[in-house]
Amino acid sequence: MSETANINISIAILLLPLLGFIIVLFFGKRFPKIYLAEVGIISFAFILSLVVGYSKLTSFLHQDLLFSFTWINFGNVPKIGELTVDLGIKIDNLTVIMLFVVNLISMLVHIYSIAYMEGDKRYSRYFSYLGIFTFSMLGIVLTDNLLMMYIFWELVGLSSYLLIGFWYEKQSASDAGKKAFLTNRIGDIGMFIGILILFTNYKSFSFDFIYSQIANGILPYGSEVWLTAAGILVFMGAVGKSAQFPLHVWLPDAMEGPTPVSALIHAATMVAAGVYLVARIFVMLTADAMLVIAIVGAVTSLFAATIALTQNDIKKVLAYSTVSQLGYMIMALGVGAYTYAFFHLVTHAFFKACLFLGSGSVIHSMHHEQDIREMGGLKKKMPITYYTFLISTLAISGIPLTSGFLSKDGLLAGTLAFGELTGHWLIPIMGFLVAFLTAFYMFRLVILTFHGEPRNQHKFDHAHESPFVMVMPLVVLSVLSTFIWYTPNPIGATDGWFATEWVQTPQTVVPETSRFDFMVREPHEASVGEHGLIAHSEKYEHAMHWAHYPAMILSILLGGLGILLAFTMYQWKKISPDNIADKVKSLYKGSLNKWYVDEIYDASFISGTLGLGNILSWFDKWIVDGIVNGSATLTRVFSKISGWFDTYIVDGFVNATAFISGFIGLNFKRMQTGKVQTYIVLVVFSIIVLFFIIGPF
Amino acid sequence: MNGFPILSLITFLPVIGMIIILFIPSKMIKEIKITSLIITFLQIILAVVLLGNFNYNAGGIYEVSSFQFIEKFRWIELTGLSWIGTIKVDYFLGADGLSLPMILLTAIVSFIAIISSWNISKSIKGYFALFLLLDTGMMGVFVALDFFLFYIFWELMLLPMYFLIGIWGGPRKEYAAIKFFIYTLFGSVFMLLVMIALYFSAGETLADGRVVYTFNLLALMDPANYLDNGLLSPLNPNNYRLAAYIALFVGFAIKIPMFPFHTWLPDAHVEAPTPISVILAGVLLKMGTYGILRISYPIFPEITEQLAYYIALFGVINIIYGGLVALAQKDFKKLIAYSSVSHMGYVLLGMASMSTTGITGAIFQMFNHGTITAMLFLIVGVIYDRAHTREINGFGGLANKMPIYTGFVTVAFFAAIGLPSLSGFISEALVFVGAFGVAEIRTLTMIGTLGILIGAAYMLWTLQRIFFGEFNTKWENVLHDITFREYAMLIPLTIIIIFLGIYPSAMLDIMNTSVNTLVEFIANGAQNIRISGM
Repeated sequence: MSETANINISIAILLLPLLGFIIVLFFGKRFPKIYLAEVGIISFAFILSLVVGYSKLTSFLHQDLLFSFTWINFGNVPKIGELTVDLGIKIDNLTVIMLFVVNLISMLVHIYSIAYMEGDKRYSRYFSYLGIFTFSMLGIVLTDNLLMMYIFWELVGLSSYLLIGFWYEKQSASDAGKKAFLTNRIGDIGMFIGILILFTNYKSFSFDFIYSQIANGILPYGSEVWLTAAGILVFMGAVGKSAQFPLHVWLPDAMEGPTPVSALIHAATMVAAGVYLVARIFVMLTADAMLVIAIVGAVTSLFAATIALTQNDIKKVLAYSTVSQLGYMIMALGVGAYTYAFFHLVTHAFFKACLFLGSGSVIHSMHHEQDIREMGGLKKKMPITYYTFLISTLAISGIPLTSGFLSKDGLLAGTLAFGELTGHWLIPIMGFLVAFLTAFYMFRLVILTFHGEPRNQHKFDHAHESPFVMVMPLVVLSVLSTFIWYTPNPIGATDGWFATEWVQTPQTVVPETSRFDFMVREPHEASVGEHGLIAHSEKYEHAMHWAHYPAMILSILLGGLGILLAFTMYQWKKISPDNIADKVKSLYKGSLNKWYVDEIYDASFISGTLGLGNILSWFDKWIVDGIVNGSATLTRVFSKISGWFDTYIVDGFVNATAFISGFIGLNFKRMQTGKVQTYIVLVVFSIIVLFFIIGPF
Repeated sequence: MNGFPILSLITFLPVIGMIIILFIPSKMIKEIKITSLIITFLQIILAVVLLGNFNYNAGGIYEVSSFQFIEKFRWIELTGLSWIGTIKVDYFLGADGLSLPMILLTAIVSFIAIISSWNISKSIKGYFALFLLLDTGMMGVFVALDFFLFYIFWELMLLPMYFLIGIWGGPRKEYAAIKFFIYTLFGSVFMLLVMIALYFSAGETLADGRVVYTFNLLALMDPANYLDNGLLSPLNPNNYRLAAYIALFVGFAIKIPMFPFHTWLPDAHVEAPTPISVILAGVLLKMGTYGILRISYPIFPEITEQLAYYIALFGVINIIYGGLVALAQKDFKKLIAYSSVSHMGYVLLGMASMSTTGITGAIFQMFNHGTITAMLFLIVGVIYDRAHTREINGFGGLANKMPIYTGFVTVAFFAAIGLPSLSGFISEALVFVGAFGVAEIRTLTMIGTLGILIGAAYMLWTLQRIFFGEFNTKWENVLHDITFREYAMLIPLTIIIIFLGIYPSAMLDIMNTSVNTLVEFIANGAQNIRISGM
């Protein structure tokens, strides 16, 4: 298939779900069966993504397929010259793998939802939302530039908001939707500023163009500090979307959405978009930026794992495990284990989707009971759900023969190699600790849900295996959670096609002075390794090689230990969990209450902002407007005073003058008697007076 | 289009309509309404004709020859007035990429506001007559190229607005109307002063030694036209120019409204009837920012550069302050009013960047804010018409009762939040791109980006409080989903918002050449003045 054909099909894949969204949104009321169109469209998009994937990985394995067009043209801009904003798509191996993963899981979730959402009063609305989500997610996957990334980034935020708050009659659901959107926006602001830094300097949003400029030594504002800043700021978008600490708080709440949505959006695809973003900007990350990313990832994965230990809601446990696993992937990117980070993204997408859909199957059959303390013994009632759930749990725990083992092992080996090369040993230590905790809390979940005796007989009696459309996706996903799809060697990912042929660490473009020296092959070393192009130095290869077996053995040991402990505590009940909880009461409480992060945010940021709003509103009303009204009042008072002054002083003066003249006139007129004798007397008197005043003596 | 006075027609068409209405007996309510509807619809047609004949490559701004649809003739000429010499006022209209978006906006918003006026019940004849007069005033501001004429249109719009709020408004209408009137008049006085000062500073000396002054805006933009001893002459820069700039800016800032001159806005909005709020937010506020771009920027380029930081600062204050105050509002309409304060801040920030991207973003934001906020006020009107209250906490669960209405609200709210694929995103993003590119205001811009978080917070919170949760059965018999008339108002705006979100070039291309011309003109002008002043 030609390059153009691949691109055209990819554009079709992108637009099909949008079409589904529009059709179902506008015709859902009139034609209740229209949701089937949406399911059909997604299935068709999935088939197309298989076609593109096959074509790309066979015919264009080492070649990117590109397509772009001018969206906005600013013409000849003063001081800059021609300035355009281009949009476009870039199809590389990452893209086609993601197309496959997103479309497959989306399709399975569509099918699953037919039964799961049956009877909901907004049934067709639900499918249209799934359509717009899939469209937005595919946009993120296909983009070749940061602007389009941001556009679709926000759109998945919208669809996530709509789907979390799908049952908006519930206060908790609409709260959760709002929280998800706002928390994500915090990260998005950082991402946006990062994009602004890059655009200001390179006048382009295109990944490839920006990287080629950096490779040519043109740095943002001429400084490596700004390059680091840009990397970390763009990464903030991933902190929000992939629920990394400290913005992880929205994801557990997002479980208010329908469970298939949790599987699709809040486990397999959207939350992985953050990881995908970091993979996309990987080549421009400086050593400092990578270290920050590694630390954020490691802290997140450990932090979330400690919370998952004590949760009793089946979906909450899975939500925290998702946060933890996303932290893993972010950490892996931070330590430079690019391939394994992406590998883990893919394997995690399948087994976590399977776990969520499995939990949905349980919740569905238990009449919307989500508390694992009310479950138990469901293995007998729901065997298919149980076994698929178990396979996925083994995968997430990193047990050999599963896909999760391969990716997790590579990822942990990467952290070990990083520790060896840089001395940051804390990161692998946290990584391995999480491996142990994961195995423990996941088996705690399995045992409490499926093993033992039912703890709520009534609900147990009503439980039943789910219908075919619900278990079929579970089977597909659990089959995909085995090693065989990625490598023929169950304990060696490097023998497979995924980690060596399809996904390779790209060459960093960061200048020598601010990158990890092991990220680039020395000039004297061959540029082509054993399995094609390899970006890392030989030093790194050696470290990776050295770390391979210790990592594998440690992770199997720790995973096994975690499982063993879970069985000892919950299956065989040799150790009472309550006793432990009593002994470390404050720790237990802290974990159970998610380390009070929500409470802290409520008390600080949220109350602070609302309080500030109230204060400013008061200020606006009484001070700013007070001055306006005050000056109006003042003017009125002044005009009253001047009115009074006018009436009584100015006019009074006038009147007084008139009065005085009148008064004088009145008195003087008395003299006008008209009698000659009086006049003569006055004249004589006057002369005498004058005579005395000016007289000669 | 040569010679056809299309700009005069589009400006004075509403006055013709007003005269027709005055001749219709006040009992013939329907005829009055339909006349107004036809007049505003014809205005849209004329605006589309303008668009169809518009040359995208002509810059305008300072050059008469690249303005389009020009109409120019002597309007007032008084000779031999002792020391003043000759007073000349031109009737000078023209359009460029700066004014055309505003002309389109005025036509569209006026038409929709007429539809929204359908259920006005008090003295209908007077209402529609005044409305049409207001329409002329607004349109005139956007096409006038003579300062005197600009000022007349500016004041012309004031009077009908005063009565429209004062007679057809809510409980505190008198207070709101007089506040609006006096506040704007206060600004106008400054504008008048600056206008007169400019008038006596520039002009041409005739052969017989007489000096002929001018109000022509384009002539005032050219430093060569200033008299050597002119008070505001750029040839000998002085503090009078700074003072004049600030005075003029205050006149415009009141209209925007810019903090701290904004408090007339919430009162005016809360008291004004829905269609008047739509006009107020949709068009009137843009006159302030338009005036700055059309008059302050090219006439005082060097002062603009000098004060750009402060313009950006006030822009960011508007964004953050308006948003935070909106967060605390309990009245739906007041919340939208404060959101306007916040959104107009983006316009100021974009303008302050004096870059192509920033100013393009600012003008586009003016257009988008016009359509989006018009829609938001219509939305408030829909609910107020039915429930006669705007108390946000008094509702809840409307999504199930009024699903289609909720759909429109969601589009409008997310447009206001700046969701990509809706028009508001493009303009806000361009504003930030432009402002971030200027080193002096980079930090301010970063603070300004917090506005998109605060905006999302108050919008989503409002959405949740009114539309989600349990339905308040108190409204069971009162609230019904939207009517045909409301569809007719909301659908066109929705289409515009989505269309420009996906294909912004439709609007950006109109303004592009003019914005580039403006940016270059300011940069060169400022530089030339600095050199001559040294």
